[in-house]
Amino acid sequence: MSLLEIKNLHASVDGHEILKGIDLTINAGEVHSIMGPNGSGKSTLAQVLSRHPAYEVTQGQALYNGKDLLEMKPEEAACEGIFLAFQYPVEIPGIGNAYFLRSALNAIRKYKGEDEMDAMDFLPMFREKLKLLEMDDKLMSRSVNEGFSGGEKKRNEILQMAVLEPRLAILDETDSGLDIDALKIVAKGVNALRNKDRAMLVVTHYQRLLNYIVPDFVHVLVDGRIVRSGGKELALELEEKGYVYEHEARQAMLA
Amino acid sequence: MITTIEQLQSYLESFSEFSKHSAGRDLGWLRKLRADAFARFCEVGFPTTRDEDWRFTNVAAIAKSSFRLADKTETSVSQGDLESHRISESICRLVFVNGNFSARLSSFADLPSGVEVSSLSAQIEKDPASLERHLGRYLNIQRDAFSALNTAFAGDGGYVHVVRGIVVEGAIHLLFVSTGNSSGQAPLMTHPRNLIVAEPESEVTVVEDYISLDESVSFCNTATELVAGDGAIVSHYMLERENRQAFNVSTLRMQQGRGANVSSHSVLLGGAIVRNNVHPVLAGEGGECLINGLFAGTGEQHLDNYMLVEHASPHCGSRQFYNGILNDHAHGVFHGRIIVHKDAQKTDAKQTNRNLLLSDNARIDTKPQLEIYADDVKCTHGATIGQIDEVALFYLRSRGIEESVARKLLLSAFAGECLDRMKPGAARNHVEKLIDESLSSFMQSCEESAGELKLSERELHWEEVG
Repeated sequence: MSLLEIKNLHASVDGHEILKGIDLTINAGEVHSIMGPNGSGKSTLAQVLSRHPAYEVTQGQALYNGKDLLEMKPEEAACEGIFLAFQYPVEIPGIGNAYFLRSALNAIRKYKGEDEMDAMDFLPMFREKLKLLEMDDKLMSRSVNEGFSGGEKKRNEILQMAVLEPRLAILDETDSGLDIDALKIVAKGVNALRNKDRAMLVVTHYQRLLNYIVPDFVHVLVDGRIVRSGGKELALELEEKGYVYEHEARQAMLA
Repeated sequence: MITTIEQLQSYLESFSEFSKHSAGRDLGWLRKLRADAFARFCEVGFPTTRDEDWRFTNVAAIAKSSFRLADKTETSVSQGDLESHRISESICRLVFVNGNFSARLSSFADLPSGVEVSSLSAQIEKDPASLERHLGRYLNIQRDAFSALNTAFAGDGGYVHVVRGIVVEGAIHLLFVSTGNSSGQAPLMTHPRNLIVAEPESEVTVVEDYISLDESVSFCNTATELVAGDGAIVSHYMLERENRQAFNVSTLRMQQGRGANVSSHSVLLGGAIVRNNVHPVLAGEGGECLINGLFAGTGEQHLDNYMLVEHASPHCGSRQFYNGILNDHAHGVFHGRIIVHKDAQKTDAKQTNRNLLLSDNARIDTKPQLEIYADDVKCTHGATIGQIDEVALFYLRSRGIEESVARKLLLSAFAGECLDRMKPGAARNHVEKLIDESLSSFMQSCEESAGELKLSERELHWEEVG
């Protein structure tokens, strides 16, 4: 059984159709990359899969681990093992980072019927993950993402992912706005989490990230549809020829 | 004036009865203070919404009812009834049942020397001269009918006196309990009158805590005069958590000396119609005043906060921060008036009112009012009105946190801004627990009305004067 199986997925926001029939199958252990021009629906796909309530699915289905993902609330999807690394991580004044993360971890553990983790057990594990992302633990006593630099916010997303250990991680333009050093740290964090049980869906506009997080499959999303799929070499080809080429090829095909 | 003859008649009967039995009825100055105040009340009656200071709060429900004073016979309230309302680490607790001091329920066990705490009624008997210098000297009965009414019936309440240079650790807890009678008589009114005198360079924390033990209607009209001598540091807490039938009008009048630092923390969680007046006068140079508040209303609650900050001396700072959370049909009011007198140069006054409206029918009226007669001052004000941040809500949910829990986390964070301004200690811990309980019950009623939650235009009232 595939970990994620999407068939003919259509989704709209405010009455505008953004996704116009997505088919995508992801197996455990695989890393897939979704590439595409701005406005093609990449982020919408990421948001729909993490069950953002603003997106309405109008057609199609998505099975996650054999269950109907489209019936799940965001917190249920998260507890089932789906994690979205946000393109724009949210600042939440008044809620401490460490407190937030432990609450999230315990919510997931409770859902799975596991014992909640107390602060004593949480801290050593948390410190380990901080080291992986080369993050200053001073940041953790602050409010969630408050006063973080762009790079710190993105690293914080991967830190959360490292703590919550999802089965399907969706990275939404995690590379945007990162300098090369920050990009390497983020990629190192992501690569450390790759294993045979975990799948990843890496959404990106640029090929650059894929030099560091090497995907097994690349899909090109244009105007709400996947127009081409291939191996990692497809990313390089896109980098060379640009999305316009893909778009034109598709127009020609339709004609 | 909406007070009818019948109602005045009922107050007149109460007053003449009170005059016969009250503590200090034989003291000329006190008798005059009360009589003048009662005359003033009869003259003006209760305010109406045509009165600018009462524009958003209709007190007709209070004005049209007849209330009576509780008789002084001991009540059946037991220590057990109050157990859950105890502040751990409080150094003493004065309990007033329906306005009357109860020695049986109070405790003075851990009071350090240099601190005098007693009921006002006892102090009137013991040492009226100590009161004469302060009682009624600060509260303005001319501009406010409720203050006049309170002064007319000023008979009992808390008296706190801290000697020069004494630092009091822990909190002094004044617990005002209202509890109904089953005899079918008119509902009870109380007029607690508190006097807090902190001599120069002393330090003290006083918590006024208003609770109900049952669901009966009551009218509590309380007034506190707080005198902070030069360099004194005083924290004052006003906690309103009476039942949803209760009317509560409170007035805190603070008189600050040179370099005095006073914090007023108001937390309004209960009551039907609540009016919270905070009136500091920065009378000495270099005084600092923090006016911090949280009001959280649901159902049909009406929570009105009227701030009047008077800068009367140079180099004083005042900071007002009020956060409101309003659910269901609750109506909140924040009126922030700042007066900078002619000589109060280098005043630094700041005012912030932030509000969360959780339902389409919740309403907030927020109104800054700046009157500046000095020419070298810094005054800022701002108000925000918003809903729960949906983006933050999704972020929390996407990490596995249930929606209701995530909502409560966000509300707690919003309320936490007020908590963060309170000094760590017994009083703050007490308040933190109360807020947490209140927001939990909030979430339950939010879930019930979740179907109605949607983003749409709200009833916004925003006005700027001065």
